[in-house]
Amino acid sequence: MIPSKDEIDDALCERHTAEVHDAIKKARIGIAGLGGLGSNIAAMLVRAGVSDVVIADMDTVEISNINRQNYSVSKIGSSKADATEEVLKSINPYVSIEKHNVRLDRSNIPAVFKGCGIVCEAFDVPSEKAMLINTILEKCPRIKVVSGSGMAGFGRSNEITTKKVFERLYICGDGIDMEDVKGGLMSPRVNICAGHMANTVLSLILKGDI
Amino acid sequence: MRVNGKDVGTASPITLKDLILNSGFREDRVAVELNGKIIPRSEYANVLLKDIDCVEIVGFVGGG
Repeated sequence: MIPSKDEIDDALCERHTAEVHDAIKKARIGIAGLGGLGSNIAAMLVRAGVSDVVIADMDTVEISNINRQNYSVSKIGSSKADATEEVLKSINPYVSIEKHNVRLDRSNIPAVFKGCGIVCEAFDVPSEKAMLINTILEKCPRIKVVSGSGMAGFGRSNEITTKKVFERLYICGDGIDMEDVKGGLMSPRVNICAGHMANTVLSLILKGDI
Repeated sequence: MRVNGKDVGTASPITLKDLILNSGFREDRVAVELNGKIIPRSEYANVLLKDIDCVEIVGFVGGG
């Protein structure tokens, strides 16, 4: 049986305390890119009680994504925005999701993430990462960015770190390009980085910094 | 000038774009702060750096 909205809120309050849950619940969080990082960050944040989410990705789920992205094979061919919405609603049916099945660019980013306090940069192509980050830092003075940069391969768990690099920019990862790492992108290390990013979002919500 | 927290001596006046390239970065894969202010990519070639400037260059790598 699916619990009511109040039952889910009560359970989260009991786990996290009312003060923490209220702050998390009020936050509006954007996720740019719903691949290995974004699909997992979104699920972690909704589990933690985030209830107001903006998700954006132009891609569809492919068989090559299943090794690390939070989709089942039954979603191959679906848009990632639709598939992520379904995953998030399966965790909390009452979460508010604004989904954008669009290519993000310098002109649409401010409107897509309007009202968000924090945006997670979860793209895979470095020039796209730079474009998103620069656009938000230049055009959206109220938004903080949490970016993932370097999470390929296996082992070296403790080399993935979180750093504040600018006043409104936090970077999680090991800084090593996937092309330079044996094994390419694999689920555990991508999830370690996604965990750093989701954890940074919670920290920014709850104490304003890391 | 200071670049990524280190004192760097440059022989001649240098543009922000040349500093980014000389430091081993690609200009389409970075975000740059000059004296605490974000500089748009379109300005990199126009900004001439001074000895007193403080530059932070952050590079991004592939994977996600």
